Amino acid sequence: MTYFIDRRANAKNKSAVNRQRFLDRYRAHIKRSVEEAVNRRSITDMERGEKVSIPTRDISEPVFQHGPGGKRTIVSPGNKEFIEGDRLRRPGGGGGGGGSGEGNASNQGEGMDEFAFTLTREEFLDFVFDGLELPHLERKALKDLDEVRPVRAGVTRDGVPARINIVRSMREAYARRIAMRAPIRRALREAMEALEEEECKDPVLRNPSRIAELKAEIERLEKRLEAVPFIDTYDLRYNNLINQPQPSSKAVMFCVMDVSGSMTQAHKDIAKRFFLLLYLFLERNYEKVELVFVRHHTAAKEVDEEEFFYSRETGGTIVSSALTLVDEIITRRYPPTQWNLYVAQASDGDNWDDDSVNCRERLMKSLMPRLQYYTYVEITPHAHQALWEEYETVAAEYPDRFAMRQIVEAGDIYPVFRELFKRRAAN
Amino acid sequence: MTRRKPIATGSDWNFEILEAYEHELARLADEYRLDTYPNQIEIITTEQMMDAYASVGMPVGYHHWSFGKQFLAVEQAYRRGQMGLAYELVINSDPCIAYLMEENTLMMQVLVMAHACYGHNSFFKGNYLFRTWTDASSIVDYLVFARRYVAECEERHGVTAVEQLLDACHALQNYGVDRYKRPSPISADEEMRRQAEREEYLQAQVNTLWRTIPGRPQSDTLAGSADSEDDPLGLRAGGRYPPEPQENLLYFLEKNAPLLAPWQREIVRIVRKLAQYFYPQRQTQVMNEGWASFWHYTLMNRLYDEGLVDEGLMLEFLQSHTAVVSQPGFDSPFYNGINPYALGFAMFSDIKRMCENPTDEDREWFPDTAGSDWLEAVHFAMRNFKDESFIQQFLSPKVIRDLKLFSIVDDDQEEMLEVTAIHDERGYRRIRESLAQQYALSLREPNIQVYEANIRGNRSLTLHHVQDSRRPMGRSVYPVIRHLHQLWGFPVRLESLSEEGAVVRRYQWPLPDEEAKE
Repeated sequence: MTYFIDRRANAKNKSAVNRQRFLDRYRAHIKRSVEEAVNRRSITDMERGEKVSIPTRDISEPVFQHGPGGKRTIVSPGNKEFIEGDRLRRPGGGGGGGGSGEGNASNQGEGMDEFAFTLTREEFLDFVFDGLELPHLERKALKDLDEVRPVRAGVTRDGVPARINIVRSMREAYARRIAMRAPIRRALREAMEALEEEECKDPVLRNPSRIAELKAEIERLEKRLEAVPFIDTYDLRYNNLINQPQPSSKAVMFCVMDVSGSMTQAHKDIAKRFFLLLYLFLERNYEKVELVFVRHHTAAKEVDEEEFFYSRETGGTIVSSALTLVDEIITRRYPPTQWNLYVAQASDGDNWDDDSVNCRERLMKSLMPRLQYYTYVEITPHAHQALWEEYETVAAEYPDRFAMRQIVEAGDIYPVFRELFKRRAAN
Repeated sequence: MTRRKPIATGSDWNFEILEAYEHELARLADEYRLDTYPNQIEIITTEQMMDAYASVGMPVGYHHWSFGKQFLAVEQAYRRGQMGLAYELVINSDPCIAYLMEENTLMMQVLVMAHACYGHNSFFKGNYLFRTWTDASSIVDYLVFARRYVAECEERHGVTAVEQLLDACHALQNYGVDRYKRPSPISADEEMRRQAEREEYLQAQVNTLWRTIPGRPQSDTLAGSADSEDDPLGLRAGGRYPPEPQENLLYFLEKNAPLLAPWQREIVRIVRKLAQYFYPQRQTQVMNEGWASFWHYTLMNRLYDEGLVDEGLMLEFLQSHTAVVSQPGFDSPFYNGINPYALGFAMFSDIKRMCENPTDEDREWFPDTAGSDWLEAVHFAMRNFKDESFIQQFLSPKVIRDLKLFSIVDDDQEEMLEVTAIHDERGYRRIRESLAQQYALSLREPNIQVYEANIRGNRSLTLHHVQDSRRPMGRSVYPVIRHLHQLWGFPVRLESLSEEGAVVRRYQWPLPDEEAKE
């Protein structure tokens, strides 16, 4: 006896739990790979999962096995040349030759394959955030309520014809018709019964005027029945739309970085990871996120990501040049009515002496009124200088929308990021 | 010649077509006296097939990271195209569950039905090892029980605690088998009914064994035999415990490990029971695959002879069949040991050949088989052997010549390897002997037994590894005895003994210096 079962519609992902167990178990390994990947990847390239390799040695499940040595007899197929009694040199370094593989299929082998597998994008992002020890960002924190989007919210009696809810309207009409016609029908039925009764009487006893009266009544009632409208404006129901505040669907992030000689590759890596987090964060809140990379030393320039992170220059630093450029780009390309504007600035805090005041003024007068949020991270183990002090004034003026923190080493990135974005959530 | 009226043409399939072919296969299988469990054929997607592979083909299993690892490995290999998933996956259960993957062509579906539903299925039902050691009707229920029990333990004791325990059990599962004693059949209802009872009873036993009240001093004891009535374990009489070496390590731990909690004993038991269930499969790879390949080949040819499949399908089949039963030579880049499909198929085909067209050589080597009824002969071979004895009994000079088998001795005391036998008159018997040994589980895996549990002193556990041909333990011995130590709870020693019985190497966990620190 045989029966066929189509299981294709059944739950897939039966291994999901086991897969998750595996990822949990090798969390440390995977985290390392993910962190490397984050440093290696470009900011916008977060759409893929990530390939992760773990040394087979670390992942094997040991069992009792024979090791190499002793005396073994191995039977193999495909002999073409040997005859009994032939003696041959042992193939060097294992593998090859007539080895049955029993001895080297163990967990200690050097140069064994890596165990490689691919994380999905979601798993990858989970690790990106998890590696920094907090799984979920405060999604609400930066919601901007300028834009609204109509959403359906039940039905209403008023509205435009395009939004008539036909089913609900017909249901109302039906109910009304039943309600309005019931008493007429009753009267009609009574009149008809009376008429019939009258007509059934002996002709002598019939009352012709009564019959005429009843007939007229019936005719009147039938007309009234017909007059009950099939549908009435009273019945109409409309889909209700209300305007719900929405985060604007577009955002632009300005990455501003000091690339003067004092910013080392390590500094830039830290900046990059900070920008990456911010980008992922914005990406989860907005449908479309654009990136603008502005680097500066004494002069500012808009560049692509590659150049932004990997070019290195020397010379002095004038921070305000970058702020001016950002300001100009906003005016030219990103009207604040349509865009949510974010600026993330990374610097080691070193600035031309007189310039810090210019920065403050540019921020206070022109930039801050237009921005959603401005974050400044100072990547330095040293004491703060003039720029930091000027920025502190800005922060005091815009406590909700301006944030600044110091980062000394990579491990600070996430806590700082978290703090920068948590503040507004408390409001 | 038969007029061809194929049931279907082309490579598309639907349920009616599959049912029609299945019906024909069932009819032919019956002619060949293939006795099977009912078939449950499940159509599944690629992803479901990967799930099934990852859980060793079990329809339900408890959760464990190693299955996740398996899944990732399968997925990776499949995505890279290194591996076809199509061939077969079949479960030794009643009804016998076989999977057909939706992407497969019609030919593949028919082939898999012939291979799995009539080949493997009849092997599961007929072979003596499976008849003795597994109970096809209760395995799925038992798996459900195991899964639920493990999940409950995870809830009560935490995922990590259960995971570590399972890791340790898995490391020892090849040593969780009774080789000589038939286990009682496993059934879910029974398990659940008895499980609570067992917990108490087991724990009571362990408590007796490990109680700390000292026994009467040895001098008070009269003769050991006089006391044996109230001292069945012989604890007070002294002597070694266990009195006989124990080869089922997991069973010994389940019954005797001093510190395991009752739920931990139950999990040890679950892993042991599943290892027991898979034990026959590990011993009959060549036979099982050979038998299934032999029958898919025979059945497909019958379908063709009767005109039920067209030439196109047959060509596609032959290509696939040839790939499956090919045996690359030892010097080929595709060589990956002996292909059990190839060896098994060659041997079963050869048995049929020597029944139908016996040569003088066959009459000399296989007087009982040569010229006899071939169907009777293959059924006899399928029912009564395992790989080791099957090869010992039926590997013919012709198959040795066809596969050009030769044997090499690799002795670490010699500088050179030596070719000890090739496919010639002088070599046949020696090759057959060596190949049979190569499939003997008792020689493939190190021979390890529990020798002594020190129940009166430091509670340490001593295992003996009896070397075969001076072959030492691999380096994985340390991770494994670490796991063993985790289960036992006290120091574990493993002594390698030479064939003469002298200790040649000692392993222990914790390592001596760590022990000193403790």
